Amino acid sequence: MSHVQTIAVAQISPKLGDVAANLTVHHQYIEQAREQGAQVVVFPELGLTGYLLQDLTLEVARRLDDPDIVSIVDASSDIDIVFSFIEESAEHFLYISSVYASQGQVVHVHRKVYLPTYGMFDERRYATQGSRVEPFIARGSSAGMMICEDAWHVSVPYLLTMQGATALYVPASSPGRNVMDEHDFGSHTFWRQLLQMYAQLFGVHVVFANRVGYEDGVHFYGGSGVVGPDGRWIAQAGVGQEELIVAQVDGRDVRRARYTTPLLRDERLEIMERHLPFIDRD
Amino acid sequence: MRTLKPAIEQALRVNAPFATSVLEGFIREEVHKVGFKRVLFGLSGGIDSALSAYLATRALGKESIHAVLMPYRTSSQSSLDDAMEVVRDLEIPYTVVDISGPVDAYFETMDKALGERASNLRRGNRMARERMVTLYDLSAAQNALVVGTSNKTELLLGYGTQFGDMASALNPIGDLYKSQVRQISRYVGVPSSILDKAPSADLWADQTDEKELGFTYDDADEILYQWVDLRLSPEEIVERGYDEALVKHIVTRVQRNQYKRRLPIIAKISSRTIGIDFRYSRDWGV
Repeated sequence: MSHVQTIAVAQISPKLGDVAANLTVHHQYIEQAREQGAQVVVFPELGLTGYLLQDLTLEVARRLDDPDIVSIVDASSDIDIVFSFIEESAEHFLYISSVYASQGQVVHVHRKVYLPTYGMFDERRYATQGSRVEPFIARGSSAGMMICEDAWHVSVPYLLTMQGATALYVPASSPGRNVMDEHDFGSHTFWRQLLQMYAQLFGVHVVFANRVGYEDGVHFYGGSGVVGPDGRWIAQAGVGQEELIVAQVDGRDVRRARYTTPLLRDERLEIMERHLPFIDRD
Repeated sequence: MRTLKPAIEQALRVNAPFATSVLEGFIREEVHKVGFKRVLFGLSGGIDSALSAYLATRALGKESIHAVLMPYRTSSQSSLDDAMEVVRDLEIPYTVVDISGPVDAYFETMDKALGERASNLRRGNRMARERMVTLYDLSAAQNALVVGTSNKTELLLGYGTQFGDMASALNPIGDLYKSQVRQISRYVGVPSSILDKAPSADLWADQTDEKELGFTYDDADEILYQWVDLRLSPEEIVERGYDEALVKHIVTRVQRNQYKRRLPIIAKISSRTIGIDFRYSRDWGV
């Protein structure tokens, strides 16, 4: 397998609560990504459902064996697909999940572990918290997924990279907030700094897929992109428009970055192990 | 004229081109996704409705918008002139509807029935509602949505009439403080005669908002920004050198007017009540 992969990010504007319409859009973008020679295409958080679901959560939830979900998994026969929706478990718990599908199979499901409830967010009222942070093997190397707020907690990229991930996929539905005197939203700036920092600290590629569009006056800004392990943006989407961007990602960059700046190598898990049991937050 | 403290002025500074593009996108998407192509709005000659006119024109094009000028017989000619300057500058279709007839007819009846002349407050409220009734009627005639023109400062202070000028189908400027409205208005090209004049609801001769409120919009913006956005307590704001009585007055005003910013309250009696536990976004299914 080549060291170089072509990764596409579909910066879409999902229609709130309309799974059928969003499914069609997913298939269109999968086809476009395929035509552009991508090996992987990544969609935003809740791309199949929209974000401000509230009581719609129950209606848009799908089990992994639902025909809607299977239709996307089936489309992964020759291109890997990262997509996100409300996943209903066998016990009827509803998770904000992201699936990595490859060769017509579900390779991994990540259930969002941090559900924000501050400010305009109300996720935990409707969804169940995931509790696992585990990487998986994608196209011969280890990768991890973190969904939006997951990435605002350093434990998630830390655990993923300590378990071997060399690429982090970050589906997001991040609204623009604080349109003040900056060139972009305050939240956009925060995301850019955060992802660059993770890429450098952990020596990984980071693939950020953030949605666009408006829901109830909330503006999702987009600004998706791919960051290399040196912290540089390999590809960037614009703000506010639907767009498919494509990036060439070279796995050997991780090798070089981790040799040149061996922060991950020098990480001492035993220090964490020693301290964690004694940190009492009660 | 008093100006904002430098630190607050800096904090409230908006990147006008960027904010404008977000607000334009908001109008375009929220109008189109509920199946409409057109909007209309009242154009008073003031800065808020002028800014809404410029934003709507940028978002939808001039053929898809309609300005409605609704003077009352005591409205100043200069307000009408300023509104007409916006119409001319944007080259947008417009209608002038004189609301004197229906408003006067109403109070003629009511003043007789109650045996006293209605207060300025009642007359002003009636005018604001008459205008909104007119806008909603025209919106049905034109298959258009009503664009709101209340800014964040007014909405927080409750300085507006419920179901009058506070009503609308969508409001692009409701999260902008008055001082931010001025910045973006300058950027989109609102005429200087409008930018520079004292804000007025034009309810009677020489009326200005700031005289009626008893404080300036700059004062209000400073206090509101620190209280609402920065979440400083009223006591902390006073510690920063603001007049205690004014801070208390503004905070109380915002609280007392909360009812105007909410849908009518519903007594909960079933298992799932609209607004309490029946919760769907407005953009549900559109």
